[in-house]
Amino acid sequence: MTLSAKAPLLELRNLTKTYGTGETAMQVLKGVNLTLPKGEMIALVGASGSGKSTLLNIIGTLLRPTSGAFTMLGQDLFTASDATLTEFRNRHIGFVFQFHNLLPDFTALENVVFPTAVRDGFERTSARRRGRDLLDLVGLGDRVDFRTTELSGGQKQRVAVARALMNKPELILADEPTGNLDTKSAQQVMDLIKAVNKSENATFLISTHDERIAGQCSSRVEIGDGHISW
Amino acid sequence: MRYGLKVALRHLTSNPSQTGLLVFGVAVAVFIFIFMSALIGGLADLMVNRTLGGQAHITVKAADRPLPLLATDPGIEVLLARQTSVRDDTGIQNATPLLPVIDGLPGVTVSSAQITGGAVLIRGERLRQVSVTGLSPDRVTAIIPFDQYLQAGRSSLTGDRVMIGATLAEELHLSVGAPITLRTDQGNLAALRVSGIYATGVGGLDSAAAFLDIKTARSLFNIPNAVSRIELKLTDLYEAEAVARRIVATTGLDAEPWTQTAQQLYEGLKAQSDTGLILKLFALITIVIGVASSLMLTTYRRRPEIGIMRAMGASQGFILFVFVSQGAIIGLIGGVFGAAMGLAILTPLTPKGDVAAGQLPIDVAQGSIGLAILLTMLGATLASILPARFAARIDPVEAIGQ
Ligand SMILES: Nc1ncnc2c1ncn2[C@@H]1O[C@H](COP(=O)(O)OP(=O)(O)OP(=O)(O)O)[C@@H](O)[C@H]1O
Ligand SMILES: [Mg+2]
Repeated sequence: MTLSAKAPLLELRNLTKTYGTGETAMQVLKGVNLTLPKGEMIALVGASGSGKSTLLNIIGTLLRPTSGAFTMLGQDLFTASDATLTEFRNRHIGFVFQFHNLLPDFTALENVVFPTAVRDGFERTSARRRGRDLLDLVGLGDRVDFRTTELSGGQKQRVAVARALMNKPELILADEPTGNLDTKSAQQVMDLIKAVNKSENATFLISTHDERIAGQCSSRVEIGDGHISW
Repeated sequence: MRYGLKVALRHLTSNPSQTGLLVFGVAVAVFIFIFMSALIGGLADLMVNRTLGGQAHITVKAADRPLPLLATDPGIEVLLARQTSVRDDTGIQNATPLLPVIDGLPGVTVSSAQITGGAVLIRGERLRQVSVTGLSPDRVTAIIPFDQYLQAGRSSLTGDRVMIGATLAEELHLSVGAPITLRTDQGNLAALRVSGIYATGVGGLDSAAAFLDIKTARSLFNIPNAVSRIELKLTDLYEAEAVARRIVATTGLDAEPWTQTAQQLYEGLKAQSDTGLILKLFALITIVIGVASSLMLTTYRRRPEIGIMRAMGASQGFILFVFVSQGAIIGLIGGVFGAAMGLAILTPLTPKGDVAAGQLPIDVAQGSIGLAILLTMLGATLASILPARFAARIDPVEAIGQ
């Protein structure tokens, strides 16, 4: 790997997140320090309720941290406006969620193309071409025009992976991407992520409490008691 | 924002029963709007035609000069004075050059210069007091559509011809062609011949009026040059006050619109149109509430999707646009559908000629169809703003609910 590929993609310094205020306030992240290099496939492990989703949502710019420093690709995201974050998210971050991943009234291809189309204002032919290629890549070339309600759970997650790649983001966040799948489908999705991580040079941060999933990643971050350990 | 429209349309088409029901509801409200417009408009026309059919929309008379001061000397006291008008009995002087001016005013369809006076019709032993109107022979039907009311004879007034009402004809045993003597209040006598007998349904016109050639009337009432009044019909009845003001300003004469002469009718029409307005407003409110509540439900149901779209980089503005578009599209389709319904149902219900008993005086041409579609689209769009703002502010983390 080249040096620049190892330059940090993301830096969190002393990051905290407190839910609620006053007596009901609960500090979930108590000063997280984290530097993510490019091109890796990192597992984020921790017990249920340890704050994995909270951390992923903050990194995904969907949730505001309470204090600390948060920079990605050299840009300060702690103070950035909502509009800036939306734009940043669209260009630089892909998501694979556990549930509610796809838009049910749209076809597989339309879902994959969404991140580009919403930016361009319409579905360009070039975007559709890339969408088809990505569906081919995830092994769903024959399901392009299927409504997402006509796909199996594993197929849906593979469409979600294809969509996460659409805008060639530097970072893809996957919050328990296989949590909802049987072992066989889960392994298929993991194989896909591993392949894509190599072929597209996409950085993955995958939260899981499944050791078999975590073991397949190139590195591992543990979260517990509001802190992070490598 | 083509893509926003695509998403909006997909939302609408993916739930055909909900969208269909909503569009149908909007269409029904639009239909009610159009129905009310057509009914109120038709009803107003009917009332105006029934009551105002034989009346002028504006009556122009000589100006009333200010009353003279009676007691100018402080030493003199006025004991009794009763004079309400100093209007010139001889009518409008030099009317001849004025007529083309009045005819040329925008909104005036036809004018009718008239000589009026009191007279007695004499037939053998019988006498009847009548009010006489002298009309220009080429404008006999300008104000009162005698052709529609004629029972016998023709509406022609040249020379010694006279037209009288059916009640009067019966009382005096007159038929078309019968000779009759007329004596004016000034004592002038004329031998006339009945050319037509009409029945307008208006008591005074049918029992105590006579119409003759304006030339005959001039000599009978000793008015060689002036005219007593000029009556006008307008293209738009409801412009009467404005046109009357313009006539006063340009000619210096007195111009009375029908809204003053037939004030009760005017107020009745106004109350009726106000009622219609309120009902139409309710129809619009129904649309707004229906669209707003339906879209509110939709946005709530689509919360996870909205969260996903936001996570994929859709801006708040995009989400807002998607849901406002849905309101606008529903308004447009519901409006057009309701308008089509209005045309289809109300066109056959619009009476062709006279309104028969038991028939609604609907006039589909007054259905304000364009306005109905426009207001519906506007209302539905406004109605969608609240749910759309709600949608745009949904917290993606909560909505995706990881
Ligand atoms: N919106 C919220 N308001 C208040 N508390 C919250 C909120 N979201 C999460 N929490 C709390 O923060 C803690 C961490 O939650 P989080 O969802 O990040 O954990 P997790 O590691 O993803 O758990 P799991 O493995 O079960 O998904 C939990 O105790 C949770 O109850
Ligand atoms: Mg979680």
